[in-house]
This record gives sequence, structure tokens and C-alpha cells, in this order.
Amino acid sequence: MFGKLTLSAIPFDQPIPLISGGVVVLLIVAVLAWVVIKGHLPYLWNEWITSVDHKRIGVMYIFLAMLMLLRGFADALMMRGQQAVALHSDGYLPPEHYNQVFSAHGTIMIFFVAMPFVIGLMNLVVPLQLGVRDVAFPTLNSVGFWLTATGALLVNISLVVGEFARTGWLPYPPLSELNYSPGVGVDYYLWALQISGVGTLVAGVNLTTTVLKLRTKGMTLLRMPIFCWTTLASNLLIVAAFPILTATLAMLILDRYLGFHFFTNDGGGNVMMFMNLIWAWGHPEVYILVLPAFGVYSEVVPTFSGKPLFGYRSMVLATMAICVISFMVWLHHFFTMGAGPEVNAIFGIASMIIAVPTGVKIYNWLFTMYGGRVRFTSPMLWSLGFMVTFIIGGLTGVLVAVPPADFLLHNSLFLVAHFHNVIIGGVLFGAFAGYTYWFPKAFGFRLHEGWGKAAFWFWLVGFYVAFMPLYAAGFLGMTRRMQHYDVPEWRPWLLVAGVGAILILIGIVCQVTQLVVSIAQREKLRDRTGDPWDGRSLEWATASPPPVFNFAVMPDVTGEDAYWLIKAHAKQQGLEAKAPDYRDVEMPKNSPTGFVSAFFATIMGFALIWHIWWMVILGLVGAFATFVAFAWRDHDEYVIPAAEVERIDRTNIEERRGLVTIAGGA
Amino acid sequence: MSAHVVRASLTARIDATMNILDPQGPIAAAEKTILIDSIAIMLAIVIPTIIAIFAFAFWFRQSNTKAEYLPDWAYSGRVEMVVWSIPALTVILLGGVAWIGSHDLDPAKPVPGTGIPIRIQVVSLDWKWLFIYPDQRIATVNTLTVPAGAPLRFELTSGSVMNAFFIPQLGSLIYTMNGMTTHLELRADEEGTYKGISGHFSGDGFPDMMFDTHVVSQVAFSDWVTSTAKSDQVLNADTYKKLAEQSIEKTPMTFRLDDPELFGKITSQQIPPAPGPKLTTNEARPETGVNNVR
Repeated sequence: MFGKLTLSAIPFDQPIPLISGGVVVLLIVAVLAWVVIKGHLPYLWNEWITSVDHKRIGVMYIFLAMLMLLRGFADALMMRGQQAVALHSDGYLPPEHYNQVFSAHGTIMIFFVAMPFVIGLMNLVVPLQLGVRDVAFPTLNSVGFWLTATGALLVNISLVVGEFARTGWLPYPPLSELNYSPGVGVDYYLWALQISGVGTLVAGVNLTTTVLKLRTKGMTLLRMPIFCWTTLASNLLIVAAFPILTATLAMLILDRYLGFHFFTNDGGGNVMMFMNLIWAWGHPEVYILVLPAFGVYSEVVPTFSGKPLFGYRSMVLATMAICVISFMVWLHHFFTMGAGPEVNAIFGIASMIIAVPTGVKIYNWLFTMYGGRVRFTSPMLWSLGFMVTFIIGGLTGVLVAVPPADFLLHNSLFLVAHFHNVIIGGVLFGAFAGYTYWFPKAFGFRLHEGWGKAAFWFWLVGFYVAFMPLYAAGFLGMTRRMQHYDVPEWRPWLLVAGVGAILILIGIVCQVTQLVVSIAQREKLRDRTGDPWDGRSLEWATASPPPVFNFAVMPDVTGEDAYWLIKAHAKQQGLEAKAPDYRDVEMPKNSPTGFVSAFFATIMGFALIWHIWWMVILGLVGAFATFVAFAWRDHDEYVIPAAEVERIDRTNIEERRGLVTIAGGA
Repeated sequence: MSAHVVRASLTARIDATMNILDPQGPIAAAEKTILIDSIAIMLAIVIPTIIAIFAFAFWFRQSNTKAEYLPDWAYSGRVEMVVWSIPALTVILLGGVAWIGSHDLDPAKPVPGTGIPIRIQVVSLDWKWLFIYPDQRIATVNTLTVPAGAPLRFELTSGSVMNAFFIPQLGSLIYTMNGMTTHLELRADEEGTYKGISGHFSGDGFPDMMFDTHVVSQVAFSDWVTSTAKSDQVLNADTYKKLAEQSIEKTPMTFRLDDPELFGKITSQQIPPAPGPKLTTNEARPETGVNNVR
């Protein structure tokens, strides 16, 4: 009846997952109870869960990312704690638990923190920057989000029901094959990623189409803000790379479920094929994450320097170069597999070549500051912190791209320090910069600056204290993923790294406090103009938060930095020389399709993990029926009358007029 | 099994070292040189760039009225030329280092040395290292003894999951995979004890896959071979299968090698790959497959 699922799947004998899982379940129940009792359920359902508004979906993506960041960071603290005490001892985490912790940490941080964070930012901002009313496929967008959430949910269910994978964030066979990992952990990993992978792929298709096909009048490709370019590059990579991930994981699923031999030791399987395939996805993946972050910096640095981005065309070229080259370097993840010197050298050099466009970007941001008036707001601090930190991460990255150096550093803590250096210093700092920068656009009030700066400094210092010692431990030969060790020389570095993790914890506490304080003081932090930073691109040309239709009248773009030009023009001629020609606006109707299909996908995924076949069929039929019901609906849009559009827009123009007057004086 | 262990005096635990900045053989030394040189080449542009970031951000701060404000300056062909050239030139230089280094330090390239090359066949198991000396007809577990100055010719495979063989102070980590053989050529120049490590996560017992590498004089090596060959433990297909079961061996073991073709039988899978976790423990908790070896 319930396949492999029995009561013993719940780890009553292991206090850590049981208590933490129990607390989380209690919290969820408490929040749900509060929502129901206070009568917020209809609001939540109508305005958020069934919303197909790209801004709402973007916000939900970011909310998911931040929740998962807390989970992933809790794992990080547990690892640092374990390695701080596990000299000549077993520490407090037995291997079967510790191995789950580092596997879950990597999986969650990449797939359910970094990915939803950047996809959320792109969703929120790109249609606004392009001057359009929505993404290309609004309902599909909602489906994509909810499938991502399904994956995150499945990973977290594994905390209390069964176990998670103990094979690392990429489950290298044959360890991940049924022979060596007979439990459900790898299955949780596989189905969580297969389902959320579908979500990511549809998000990629959606955003690629949006950038290529939906742009306002005059918004040619070479007038798009760089964030739109990096979105295009990143989503092209998603469209090209994620099918590889899906196929690779599908092969592993066939091995585990149906006795195939793609990657097994016996029957002609080949583990080297898995490594090639997974990194053919995996290396583009890191650029999928970091390119949108580069886009954020390319918006933040010009805005807070008060001048246009230096070398716009160079930046576009560099972005697209990275997009293409990132597909040609995957082999540098296994120089130590015994390939010949030619193969290693060619892939090493190809990897270094990526450093050229990336270096150019750094110099372009640098020269954007030249001749500017730099305002040290918290988004700008994150950007400056990124520039310095990322250069160091780039240096160590190019170092491990030199095959003989990699022979000494492969899989060591040096490598761990390197990829945290680029992912925290590159992706996460960018995500935080974007979060602070666009928060007022999404909600109509700014985040508290003091707490934001405190968070930045704790994160920055914490990062250096946590990861510089790991470079040193790498030089001392320490490999990653050690549950215990008996080399006393490593210990001091691991203790210092533990202190760094605590500093980062304080940074995260500051961020949570910042959000709470900002909501409490929202009237004081209110931005009525829609343009709190003196921005340059079109998202600042509409109200904060923008009306559901984004723009009452589609903007007409005449050059780069579209909104900057409009403002300059308005200063000369006065805003609103003639009354805009308001028209009726058609917007897509809300749809529960995403939520309902994800609900059934969750059931299906859970049933597949536990081999509950009747439930698999139930989930599959349910998800398919939802799709059919959506496909056959008759009315998919509603109309906002011109009068209503005008009323909403007038209010914003009045607010904005004051801004132009102030800016005109400067 | 540990009851039968023959514990040679050489394998007594002394403080083994593993600092990759303190190489003890030509391969590790050359790799360290490339590592340091590459860092130096990159620092030459990284440090000025970092200084420029601080300098520009500080000088062009909003409150500095002395700084020039160029609100429309966004292009300069000369600057563009320079910013593309700097990283490109650096990469050309480093690319040369990578190309030459990859050829010189190809793990399979023979290393010169004194005396006849010592062949060592390495089998990674769950969770221990088996070292077979086919020419000396001996084998060891979790302890490696080699003569100083002689070329060391490693052939490596895995008896179960993927793993990686690494002696940090001798250089060049290399993967081990079942059904395949990888090749590694090393040389140890200084007598001493150096820690070896598993460089690739392989399951619950992974952190205990440490071994000491004893580099001894050529004479001492011959003595060690002679005494080890008298071991009452015999390694053949049957004892290998027992050894291949999942376990952690805290104490090194030594064997007399009964079957010099053993390594070939493992790589050709005439001896099937190790079974992994025992099913009895899995039946106790089928959902987790817990196989706590402690």
C-alpha cells in the first residue's frame, strides 16, 4: 500500500533532524493557522498563489530563496561545528548524518537559493526594464515557480521522512547507484531536481522569449539595459543546459529504478559519461547564476555613480562571449581523471579565456565609477564588496584551471574556498544588491539602510574569515567532505572558519531584522515617486509598486538609459507636455494551474521516491487533468478600462512631478 | 581481521606530514612551482586592480567636490583597448604555462630516477587502500612503503566506487575507477613519512581512508620487502573478496601476494565489483540503508 514507506522512516532515534523538523512543521502550522484565522486566506489565494503577475511571481521566487537560504545556512553551521570539534573524534554528527548535511547544503544553496533568487530578480525586473506589461507566458511562469517550490518542498520533507542523499551535491555514480546507496536519499535528490528542473526550464523558455519578442517601442536589442542582456544570456544557457541535466538524472533514475546500466560498474556502464554529462550542464550552470548577478552590478554601479555604464557594447560582447565559451570548458572539473596532456591543456586554456570577458567587466564597472559621484548606499556597498572579492575568486579559479596546479588542489578545501568565493562574492552579493535595489520598486518603500549596511559588513568580513582559512587548509592537503580527521595542523584554520560562519550568521540576523524594521517603519521609508535612487532604466518610470499593467502608456525608447533620457527631456520641457492617450488594457487572468499542477507533482514525486505506485498514477493523472483544464479554458484575459488606467496613472504623475522639480534644481 | 595483522615496525604511527607547499619529490616540486608562479603572474594585475577599485570609489565619492564629474563619459577606445588587453595578455602567458605544464607533468609520463622502477598497483576499496607490489609479490593495506629516489610506477583502479589517490607532498591526485586503470608516475626524494589521503568522497568511511607513505632507503626497502614476504596473511581472489567488503581498517595490514594477476582480474572485472552495504543491515532500516560501520 505505501511502498517502501513505513513508520521507521521517521528518525525517532535521531534528535537533531527530529527536533529541527518538528520546529519547522510547528512554524508552518502556526503560520497557516494565523492566515486562516485572520481571514487572509482569500487574499493569499487571489493575490499571490494564483497570481500570474510577473512581479508577484518574482517576489515569491525571492521569498522561497531566502527561506531556503536559512535552511542551507543552518546546514553550513552544522558542518563548521562538526569540523571544529572532529579532530581525533567523531564530533556530534555521525557520518550518515554529516554526509546528508553537506549534500543538502550544496543542493539547496545552488538549486533552491541561488537559482530562485536570480530567476526571481529577472522575473520582477526584466519586463519593467523592457517597458512591457508582462512576460511572454504568464501562466507558464506561475507553473515554473510552483514546480521549483515542489522541489524545495521534497528536499525538506526528506529531513523528517526518510533521508536525503549522502552522495554530495552532484551524485557521482557508482556511489549513487542502487548497490552503494540503497536508501531513498538519492531518490529524493533525483525527483526533487527533475521536478524543479522542469520549472527552471519553463522559466528559461519564458524569459528568453520575453527578451527576444516583447520589447516596447524603440527598445532595440542594443538599447536594452545590461541586466536584460545578462538575462538573455543566462536563459539561453538554461534552455541549452537544463535538458542535459534532466537527461543525465533520467539515466541515473533508469539505473536505479529499472536496472539499466548507464553508469553502473557492471553491465558496460561508464561513470566517466556521468561526469562529462553532469558538468556539461554544471559548468554553464555557474554562469546561469553569475550572469544575472553581473547584470545587477551593471545597473547598480551606474545608478549610484550618477553616470552611464562605461563600455556598454564591450559589456554586451563580454556577456555573450561568456555565454558561448561556458559550454566549452566542462572538462576542467576532472583534469585528474587521466585524460591526456592535450585534452587537459586545451580545456584549461579555454577556461582561462573566460577570465578575459569577465576581467573586462570588472574594468568596465571600475571605469563607470571614474568621473562619477559615487553614493555609498547598501546596494553599492554590495557591488564594491563583490568587485574586490570576485577578483580574488577569479584568481583562484584561473589557478585551478592550470592543470598541474589542479593536480595538487583538486577536491581540496582550496577548491571549496574558491567556489564559495565566486558564488557568495559573485552571485549572492549580487542577489543582495538587487534585493535592496529593487525592493522599493516591488513594495513601495525602501529597506532600512543602517541594518542593510550592518548586514553587508558582517557578511563581507564573515566571508573572509570563513573562507580564507579554507584556502590555507587546502594547501595543507585537506580534502572536502571530511566528517572527522586526525591532522592537528588543520584544526586552527577550521576553528577560524567557524568564527567566520558565526559572523555571517550575524549578517543574516541583520538582514532579517532589516526586513522587520523596514516593514514596521514603512511609512517613513515610503517612496511615492517610483524612482528612489535616481535610476536610469524604465523600471523606475512607473509607480512603486507598479500597477498590475506596469505602464499606463507603453514608453517610447530613444536610446540607452531610457528613463534617464525621459527625465532629461522632462526637465527641459516639463513633464507631460500633452495628455497621454489612455487605452483599455487587457491583462491575463489569474490561474490556479501552477499551484494545482505542482500539488499533484509533489504527490507524484513523493510517491516515486517511496515506490507507492497507485499514488504515482494519481499524481500524474491529476497534473495532466490540470493541464487539460487549463488548455480548454475559454476566457483567459480581463480588461482594465481606460478610465481606471488613467486614474491610477494620474496619481503617480503627480508624485513624480515633485521629483522632477527637485532633480531639475540639481 | 585485525587480530591477524602483522604490524611492521616501520608502520608505527609517527607524525606524517602533508603540506603541498613542502614538496618531497620532483613532481610535487614542479607543480608547486607552477602554482606559485601562476599566483604571482595574476597578483601582478589583481593587486593594482583592487587598489584602483578602492581609489576610484574613494576619490569619486559624492562628497568630494574636488573630483571631476563627467556625467556623460561612457566610452573611450583607448581604455577599452587596455582593459581587453590586460586580461588577454595575462591569459596568453598563463595559457603557455598550462600547455607546457600539462605536457611536462602529465601523470602518466615516466619520471627518471635511480634504480629499477617500482611497480605499485593501487586498489581503492570501501574504505581502505590496497597496495599490490606485483614484482615483490607482496601487498599492504593502508600503508605504503617506497624506496627514495626510485621511479614509482602506479597503476590504479577501484574495487567499488570512484575514489582518488593523493599523497600531497609527492604530487598529482588521480582518480580510481572500477573496470579502468589510471596511471601515475611519481618519485620521492627525501626519506620520511608522508600522509596519503583519499581525494574523492566515497561514502561513510571516507575520512578514514588515510594512509602513511614511508619513504625509506633502497636498502631498507629490500629488507622491508623480505620481512613482508614472510607475512602469514595471503592475498588471493578469496581473501581479496573478504577485504573488499565495507569496513574501516585503523591498523595497516601486510600480505604475501599469492596471485600476481590479481590486479588484472580486478580491472577486467573477472572479480566483480564490491557489493556495497550489506543487505542484512538494510533490512533493519530499508528506507535509509543505514550501514553504520562504527
